[in-house]
Amino acid sequence: MSAAAEQPLVAVPVFPGSNDDRDAVAALERVGARARRLWHDAGALPDGTAAVVLPGGFSYGDYLRCGAIARFSPVMRAVTAFAEDGGLVLGICNGFQILTEAGLLPGVLRPNASLSFVCRDVRVRVERDDLAFTRRVSEGDELTIPVKHGEGCWFADAALLAELEANRQIVLRYAPGGNPNGSVGDVAGVCNERGNVLGLMPHPEHAVDPLLGSVDGALILGSLVDAARLSAEALV
Amino acid sequence: MLVRPKPGILDPQGQAVESSLRHLGFAVAETRVGKLVELDVDADDEAGARSQLERMCEQLLANPLIESYEIEFRGHA
Repeated sequence: MSAAAEQPLVAVPVFPGSNDDRDAVAALERVGARARRLWHDAGALPDGTAAVVLPGGFSYGDYLRCGAIARFSPVMRAVTAFAEDGGLVLGICNGFQILTEAGLLPGVLRPNASLSFVCRDVRVRVERDDLAFTRRVSEGDELTIPVKHGEGCWFADAALLAELEANRQIVLRYAPGGNPNGSVGDVAGVCNERGNVLGLMPHPEHAVDPLLGSVDGALILGSLVDAARLSAEALV
Repeated sequence: MLVRPKPGILDPQGQAVESSLRHLGFAVAETRVGKLVELDVDADDEAGARSQLERMCEQLLANPLIESYEIEFRGHA
């Protein structure tokens, strides 16, 4: 196995106003990836990119709607093409918002029902374990991962939600009674139909060390890196 | 362009504003908070301008899942 495949390359696009990109890089490297930040005006992903993580933050000041402007960044054209080819894309918080605005994930993220910024650990239940992002967890597991957002209230109308439930696209749900933002269906994370793009409001990159109170985030990022390693091996 | 939450969509901002208005003694209901986007657009005629404004709303200014929009036209300079 080549070094490149052992440590798959994960690209972390950085938008003006992103602020979790460095934590994402540190967390990804901790679980065995090489992670590289790239500025939003990049027209292409680095050669050998095996996965993309869109980080949290406040891209473009959250102007208009969260993620609505970042969606038009040049790098998002490359990310969209990568996703359409089956590449693994994970969006965390603002990254999730960008993916919904870009139409790569269903639904939309709205201001929290409470109108308050929420910043605390939440419990999320794993709803399916057959995705690249959930290889290290099992359906029914509950993970402790922090959220920190003002606009994390995921919304889909009843018809769309029913379709997503039928397709098993709801990947993570807040534990009963623990919904921090009013998301319909207690949805904390949702994937596309093909299962290669996932967005979630909780921040796995902030839960990778016992000092941070939980290491459950490493299970999600580690799953992604495991899967990225396999896809990198397939390329070499 | 007026962008507003669609009917039936929970509007927590509208609820908070309504609650404040009630505290001030106003008997109000169904308060909704939207956005106003004003701009000048270069076009040959009103139909051309309107079609550009519609595309702006569809592509960026409104999210069709949760928002509707209205275009108000103020003529030409």
